[in-house]
Amino acid sequence: MAKTIHQKQNFLKGIIKENPIFVMLLGMCPTLGVTSSAFNGLGMGVATAFVLLMSNIVVSLVKNLIPSKVRIPAFIIIIASFVTIVEMILEAFVPFLYEQLGIFIPLIVVNCIILGRAEAFASKNNVLSSVIDALGMGLGFTMALTALGSFREILGNGSLFGLSFVPDDANTFILFILPPGAFIALAYLTVIFNKLTTKTS
Amino acid sequence: MDYVIILIAAVFVNNIVLSQFLGICPFLGVSNKVSTSFGMSGAVLFVMTISTTVTYLLHQYVLVPSGLNYLRTITFILVIAALVQMVEIILKKVSPPLYQALGVFLPLITTNCAVLGVAILALGLDNGSLVKAVFFAISNSLGFSLALIVFASIREQLELANIPEGMKGVPINLLVAGLLSLAFLGFTALV
Repeated sequence: MAKTIHQKQNFLKGIIKENPIFVMLLGMCPTLGVTSSAFNGLGMGVATAFVLLMSNIVVSLVKNLIPSKVRIPAFIIIIASFVTIVEMILEAFVPFLYEQLGIFIPLIVVNCIILGRAEAFASKNNVLSSVIDALGMGLGFTMALTALGSFREILGNGSLFGLSFVPDDANTFILFILPPGAFIALAYLTVIFNKLTTKTS
Repeated sequence: MDYVIILIAAVFVNNIVLSQFLGICPFLGVSNKVSTSFGMSGAVLFVMTISTTVTYLLHQYVLVPSGLNYLRTITFILVIAALVQMVEIILKKVSPPLYQALGVFLPLITTNCAVLGVAILALGLDNGSLVKAVFFAISNSLGFSLALIVFASIREQLELANIPEGMKGVPINLLVAGLLSLAFLGFTALV
């Protein structure tokens, strides 16, 4: 029983207590760069979560084979391989998303969340725990990106996931889909997130 | 003329931090003092220029001729990580004062997505050439420095300001970055 409670906490920490974006402030570049719409945020979140999951699995499997002196370069190669796979899959099957995310796909490699989890978690725990850790962190990241993307799309474009709910000639806050809006939206979302989480704890 | 446009575009119009969102981690992380932001800017200028030169040559003369284009991401990140290490070792030996100034920032740069981002973006320039790619890297690192130093100066002032409890820390910094980005948006029509 103690084991299951432990795994549940392991899963939930990525979503609330150690949320990669609102609490740990990791992976800010894609967070701000691609969230001009809810769909882009979701796409980036899923792509990153996939790389995180696969790299956590591989790192936890080979952790005893890698000498500790060269572990960081080894982790980077593992991560870069999966990023290349994701890049090819997106280009082949979802070319629209591939165009939209652009430079930020190869940049998943330098997303601190992935290397951070490989170093801080997967290299010290077994495969099952690492999978759960990756799922929690990946979900926390995806949720934060989708929330930020939705927030910006609703205010900036009057739509959500491409479905418009205002007249075509309505004035929307275009600022929010422009670069400054990314910073401003994230600032307010962080305030709201902090307010909600401190209340519950 | 090409070069003037690249410079103005990289520093003001498409500022790498404030409009392209590359290098946000050091932008938020090491901007609490103006003096450290100068150190970081120097280190980025140094590493970005060298790494773009090497990755450009590697892409043009090794990866493309042998059809290994898909290995771009892996090769580039390894080259950058190795270069950062080498720069650190060489600086320590050759120029201790420079190492003193930049030393702490060098390891941080490997995970600075601006370095990898610029190396990849430099491949896509119109009528690309090595000189142009290197000039592009230098312009972008100047853009990074400008954004970082201005932001650090504002943050130093902000420490004395009376900020609402909930906005303290990260949110107020993000808001300031947003206003700074808004100011840079005014340069849009420049090129």
